[in-house]
Amino acid sequence: MNNLLEIKNLYIEAFYEEQWQPIVHNISLDLKRGEVLGLIGESGAGKSTIGLAAMGYARQGCRIASGSIKLDGKELFGASQEDLRMVRGSKISYVAQSAAASFNPAHRVIKQYAEAPVHHGLMNHAKAEKEAIELYRRLFLPSPEKIGYRYPHELSGGQLQRAMVAMAMSCKPDIIVFDEPTTALDVTTQIEVLAAVKEITEKMNKAALYITHDLAVVAQVAHRIMVLRNGRLVEMNETRELIKNPKEKYTRELLNVRSLRENKTIHEKMDVILDIKDVAATYTGVDNVVEDINLTVRKGRTVAVVGESGSGKSTVAKVITGLLPAIHGSIKFLGKELPRKLKDRQKDDLRKMQMIYQMPDTALNPRQTVRQVIGRPLEFYFGIRGKKAEDRIRELLVDIELDPDHYIGRLTTELSGGEKQRICIARALAAEPELIICDEVTSALDQLVAEGILDLLQDLQNKTDMAYLFITHDLATVKAIADKIVIMLQGKIVEQGEKKEILTPPHHEYTDKLLASVPEMDPDWLDNLLEKRASTFI
Amino acid sequence: MLKLLRQSPLSARIGMGIVMLNILVAVFAPLIAPHGETSVVGDVWESSSAKFYIGTDHLGRDLFTRMIYGGRNTIALAFITTAISFLLGSFLGFVSAVKGAWTDQLLSRAVDIIMAFPTLIFALMILSVLGSSIPTLIFTIAILDSTRVYRLSRAVAMDIEVMEFVEAARLRGEGLWWLIRHEILPNALPPLVAEFGLRFCFVFLFIASLSFLGLGLQPPLADWGGMVRENSGAITFGIFIPLIPAGAIAFLTVGVNLIVDWFLHLSSGLHE
Amino acid sequence: MKNVLMLILKRSGASLVTVFIISLIIFIGVEALPGDVAETVLGQGATAETVAAFRKELKLDLPPHIRYGSWLNDFVHGEFGNSLANGRPVAGLIGWRLGNTLFLALSTAMVAIPLAIILGMIAAFYRNTFFDKLISTTTLSFISFPEFFIAYILISLFSVKFNIFPSLAVVDPDMGLGSRIYAIILPSLTLTFVVTAHMMRQTRAAIINVLASAYIEMAEIKGIRRLRIIMLHAFPNSLSPVINVIAVNMAYLIVGVVIVEVVFVYPGLGQLLVDSVAKRDLPVVQASGLVFSVVYISLNLAADILSMLSNPRLRQSQI
Repeated sequence: MNNLLEIKNLYIEAFYEEQWQPIVHNISLDLKRGEVLGLIGESGAGKSTIGLAAMGYARQGCRIASGSIKLDGKELFGASQEDLRMVRGSKISYVAQSAAASFNPAHRVIKQYAEAPVHHGLMNHAKAEKEAIELYRRLFLPSPEKIGYRYPHELSGGQLQRAMVAMAMSCKPDIIVFDEPTTALDVTTQIEVLAAVKEITEKMNKAALYITHDLAVVAQVAHRIMVLRNGRLVEMNETRELIKNPKEKYTRELLNVRSLRENKTIHEKMDVILDIKDVAATYTGVDNVVEDINLTVRKGRTVAVVGESGSGKSTVAKVITGLLPAIHGSIKFLGKELPRKLKDRQKDDLRKMQMIYQMPDTALNPRQTVRQVIGRPLEFYFGIRGKKAEDRIRELLVDIELDPDHYIGRLTTELSGGEKQRICIARALAAEPELIICDEVTSALDQLVAEGILDLLQDLQNKTDMAYLFITHDLATVKAIADKIVIMLQGKIVEQGEKKEILTPPHHEYTDKLLASVPEMDPDWLDNLLEKRASTFI
Repeated sequence: MLKLLRQSPLSARIGMGIVMLNILVAVFAPLIAPHGETSVVGDVWESSSAKFYIGTDHLGRDLFTRMIYGGRNTIALAFITTAISFLLGSFLGFVSAVKGAWTDQLLSRAVDIIMAFPTLIFALMILSVLGSSIPTLIFTIAILDSTRVYRLSRAVAMDIEVMEFVEAARLRGEGLWWLIRHEILPNALPPLVAEFGLRFCFVFLFIASLSFLGLGLQPPLADWGGMVRENSGAITFGIFIPLIPAGAIAFLTVGVNLIVDWFLHLSSGLHE
Repeated sequence: MKNVLMLILKRSGASLVTVFIISLIIFIGVEALPGDVAETVLGQGATAETVAAFRKELKLDLPPHIRYGSWLNDFVHGEFGNSLANGRPVAGLIGWRLGNTLFLALSTAMVAIPLAIILGMIAAFYRNTFFDKLISTTTLSFISFPEFFIAYILISLFSVKFNIFPSLAVVDPDMGLGSRIYAIILPSLTLTFVVTAHMMRQTRAAIINVLASAYIEMAEIKGIRRLRIIMLHAFPNSLSPVINVIAVNMAYLIVGVVIVEVVFVYPGLGQLLVDSVAKRDLPVVQASGLVFSVVYISLNLAADILSMLSNPRLRQSQI
């Protein structure tokens, strides 16, 4: 059978630091009709770049340097702009990561669906609209006959993403390139989009390149998987085979991410560090953004607060630290009642409660050196300066597993994401806190780097008996590191308890939904889930 | 810093050359000028000669001397005014961004109202009431111009303020002054430096225009705008003297703009 | 649509308040004169009677708030008082000259706006090509030149050397349109150079910004032709920022007019203002200052409203 897409020896270069440098090295792949090939890797692996190259497209500042890209026998490399233009959208289409940015805010959604097929001369506007509505229906969008006539900003993230999937189908292309279509979505919304993807690829027999960093997700939709790293091929195999028998170490590491850690042996009941009763808070003064918040954190233990976007979990952190004063309830820290407002609190209380943020890039002042970042809390809280400070900073760098000589004088902008996050941890450690609030600290990091951070945090906890309040949307992380789990939905706590309790049924309805939505490494997981869903409607 | 200079494009270097030349002339004016600033030494509108390098003005004063002193006066006045405007505007802008709440509201509304006024008209009216003394000029223009600096520095500071490292410092318990000095200011420098250049150009042109209208520096002080005005009659006789000070104004402004353009290009590139 | 209407009303209300505050400032500004107004204006040789008569004329003997009220009231009714210089009613002086100034500004705008937009668009689409670099350098020069520099260059060239156009823009009420335009060619040209340069740079920047959006890339990936992308995707989203640019510069134009009127001795409101400032003719200064401000604020208001109306997101919001 002929290959629909054949890429041979592809090299792509990017222009930075005054010269063209290769970012994709010697990639070859082929794709048959009706087949789904998963491209998986961490950031910088080159997967998006390869996906775009499949249609002969390179982003600003990039160019396809050499290689052959044959789409249904036609060579795209070196083809004229006009030839490329005719192929794009009609034979091969693209679903971007951010639907919100990819839709033109000035035009209705359905008009943008119809644009490509009408422009390529495949059908007239009326027919395109009819087909659009039909697709919206098949992709489980609410009010399919009406939703297309809205403007992009009137649809939710998940709806817009599915509308973009429909738009990619409008010319009935042979291949669709899905570029991280679910990465920006909540885990429960992700299911809907994955189901939509499966509908298209299986029921409509389209070929697809599915790009993602999440191996569990790609295992649900792809027939074969290609593992990429730094623009090079690591391993390629049939999905089930790859998962059962990974050949490369890197692949194994990706598969083992977030495996359940050994539970720490629980000693006596430890002291209560943080005790929150009946707390409520508001931004507008009209509606409460969080309500009836009750939770306790004990010494040496990790309490994970889980929820999707809009659940209020980050707000809880803001209330605890005093950035958003509570309008109701009490916050007791180390037995002492804390003033609601940050500026009313004692310096020493501030010291004992530290926070680590989600985006390492914006959590560190780009104009400061590592020495300055870690040194400031030492100076501010303990008055330590000079040689004593230098020594202590070095100790801390060792604690976070970074070589002091190499890092102490560096500017924070020179570091990688993982290194920056470690510096943030050191900054928190320098204050010798009792409690660290971790606000989505691994969400912006690559999977393997995130693993390293979680391991580090666990080690530090074992050494110092610090308590963690771990805020996250990622259930896999929660399953791995939490002692106690608190589940939030729309500003309220729906369920909380010891990890084992929460993870075994019976559950609160939402907990059930949440747990069920986390993709597992089993390729049949999605099919099973969808079947179960369908059967509950009968 | 040196690396930065080495990598600068030709246009920026030309700009720097122009600015340096003007600064040198302004600073060393008394040493370079062959005659006194206001001394009448020749006939009216003489053409250039060995005695008067570019000829004389409408009263018979040496134009070359007048140009040198004019540069000194105009540039110094513009620089001092810009500096005051800048310090005032950026300080208030930062405070607004960091304190927020009603401080921000109050200041922003006040600035909005002042900015609703066309600057030239406002300046003219104030000068008509208070007269054109040097302190009046400086403070009027500085206050009017500081509104634009306020807007920019407030916007820049707000962009920085939402970053988590500022929140981290807040949570530590750091005070207002520390936040501004150590967290916000170092990160606000690139756009602010560019803005200083732009403000200088505006103030410089503005003062020259006011002087041209007869409301800036008063004679017999030499100043480029005023010199254009004084010698404007010469044009009808085919003597193009007014173009010289006017050209000098344009020359310096172009120089500063070239440097500012380069700076803007740099700081936007850093964000990509 | 209701959403936008509310915004427009709010914005207009804010402008009205601003005008009031400005009238207050103008009024107070004059009151804040150190020393006595009458004595300052009349000079030291004034006798007690002339001072008293002067004060009565300007109603200085009444308490401030009553004076403000009556001044504002008079203003709204077109009664601006009398000029101190020649005793004639200020309203008459201003009326004709305002017309002249607007005529000059309008004829400049009609050339400058289309020119700036077209050049800005071309520069944005052909970014970093020779054409773009040429235009950018030229406009950089023009925004650095004071208006009087350009004015005198043009006069030197076209009036003195080649004697094609007049160096004094003499205009009177009975002139026909043709001769009027002939008279203002040089001043209009001067203004056009400066304003076009500013507008072109800002337009270019605004369009480049829009072109960098993700949905433009998406359109390319869908295989849409370049021209269509520009017309249907870039253009609707560029309207709002470009209108903003135009409006900001129109307001700037009102002010640039002042210098040009002085150079060419054009009988406009700007020249009147400058003259009366020099003569300390306060009623004229107050009135013309206020008129200028109202025009300026109205232009800004119109700009904001147009900008809101052309913003795709705002326009579409259903109630």
